[in-house]
Amino acid sequence: MELADGRLQGVVSSGSDIGRVYVSSIAAESYAFACSTNNNRPCGGARGTFCNHIRALVGEAVLQYGAERVARYLKAETPGGEPDAEALVSVMTGTRPEQGDASAAAPVFSRFLRHLAYLELEPTTAPLPEMQWFPATRTAA
Amino acid sequence: MRTDLLTDPVDGLDEALAAVDAFDRVLVAGLLRPQPAQAAGLAALAHFVAGTPLASLVPEAADKAAAGAAGEDHLVALAAARTALMGSVHDALTDRVADVTGRPRAERSTRDTPADAPGANVLAAARAWLCDLARAGWQGIDHELVAGAGPVVSAMLPDPRLRRQATLLDGFAAELAASCPGATLEHVPVRRWADLWTRALLLTLPGAARTPAADTVTGRLLPLGVDVQEHATAVQAQVHAVLEPSDGSAPRLVRAAVSAPKPDTVVGAGLWQLLRPRMSLLGAVGEGRAVELDAMPVTAEGDLVWDDERARTGEFADPFATARVILSTATDPETAPLDRHPVGIAVPVLVEGYTAEREDDGPLTFTVAGHRLAVDTARVPAASPLSPETVAASGACLGLLRWDAGEFVLQPLAVETTVRKKTVAVHAGAWAGGTTDKVGARAEKAATDSVAVLRERAGKLLRK
Ligand SMILES: [Zn+2]
Repeated sequence: MELADGRLQGVVSSGSDIGRVYVSSIAAESYAFACSTNNNRPCGGARGTFCNHIRALVGEAVLQYGAERVARYLKAETPGGEPDAEALVSVMTGTRPEQGDASAAAPVFSRFLRHLAYLELEPTTAPLPEMQWFPATRTAA
Repeated sequence: MRTDLLTDPVDGLDEALAAVDAFDRVLVAGLLRPQPAQAAGLAALAHFVAGTPLASLVPEAADKAAAGAAGEDHLVALAAARTALMGSVHDALTDRVADVTGRPRAERSTRDTPADAPGANVLAAARAWLCDLARAGWQGIDHELVAGAGPVVSAMLPDPRLRRQATLLDGFAAELAASCPGATLEHVPVRRWADLWTRALLLTLPGAARTPAADTVTGRLLPLGVDVQEHATAVQAQVHAVLEPSDGSAPRLVRAAVSAPKPDTVVGAGLWQLLRPRMSLLGAVGEGRAVELDAMPVTAEGDLVWDDERARTGEFADPFATARVILSTATDPETAPLDRHPVGIAVPVLVEGYTAEREDDGPLTFTVAGHRLAVDTARVPAASPLSPETVAASGACLGLLRWDAGEFVLQPLAVETTVRKKTVAVHAGAWAGGTTDKVGARAEKAATDSVAVLRERAGKLLRK
């Protein structure tokens, strides 16, 4: 999942089938949304409004980045107080956003697959001095 | 420990870093159509290496780059000059650290090993990508350009001999991708990206990433603590330890690392789970035990290249006892010439008798004999019982002395605190081998479940 290229986008698991994932996205400002399967079929739930995958994506993003940062990135202002995932979704769907273009899904999905394949690589015990540039951060995890 | 020396100015440091900064600013706008200010930055770098073996190459490279005509060799020469400058900064800082700790330095072993230069084609592809980056500049990056690193990384990762290059490029490219397009970027991490670009470019040269384990060591390994490094798709755990050689020679500081690529969703306790099976040392560290080594391979830089077959978990060994009794007599390892960079400074020290202070939400500092030492509690891994609060309440700290953003800082590896009038030690790597702690065990369980789902998914999606 990432806030990049003017979108919140990421891969969301199917609730029922472990071999299926969805690539969901919401554009900043317009909230134009898109959702398609890993086989590039449009998601049946994302007609007219946000499907469950897009809602789940907002929930995950709020967990990872915090509601405020997500709201700021998507330019979604929630009335009063601290935003949360539910308020964000309701503000965005309230503007009746358009269906967006799903062409960005392919690179997002291929990156997801590439990283999934990392699980099959062997750990090594030869030192990687370059990792000194990437300290663990208690706050990010 | 002479903490008073930590805040003394280091001669020549500011001048060297100013030349580095001048070059780094050149990379912001890129070398496609260089402006006069960029020519000046390139000249500043060239000026600094006059009188070194690079003196003939670098001015020519700077001229070509200033004219917008830099080829790969020219960019490599500029990267070499910047590396030499950072190397001199590194040397000045490690000399200072040696004065602070009062410890002897190991003699550099100069044994030659046969050159091994794997992956020439993919390294050439990496070099071409890095040169394109330098031409585009950080303000010129876009997704298409950054995505060019993807196939290079995928081709490198399966070969363990190219892990250094692959892991660096992967982390660097991900950072760049998150900042695309560069044209609208508000804040450019100028020094950091120039650091990563420079190291990545030099690592594409044949033999540059060579860390041959030319020797072996036999003796008792007394762990001090674990340092964890990670980016979204890689993790490395590095154990710092004192080795007591069985031949009676002087104790020496060594490290043992284990690393792995990973999906970005594997975090926290999942990192320990990924690394644990490959290095029994993590289990020994978690239990607070020494390890007996029998002919363990070691590099000239004091990095053990861990092999479980050559290690046997031994008796309990308190890291604080090791630090109090042996650390001050142990020799510090040398750094490989190309790896000399301030970011690599991570020197085990024991700090005691301090007053911990924290102003509101500001950083924690230890005041030792009237001198302030900043404490970096953020570097403690997520799956660890060592919290910033515990560090703030501590009376003794075993940590790594680092140099960050212009000052020395202390990264805690473990602290001693007093609980109900008893001294207890809390270690950053306490959960490295697993844990029975309630919070830790819950994190372990969640990580096990999420990795199981990922592996099943990988099975289904990757072999379709
Ligand atoms: Zn959907």
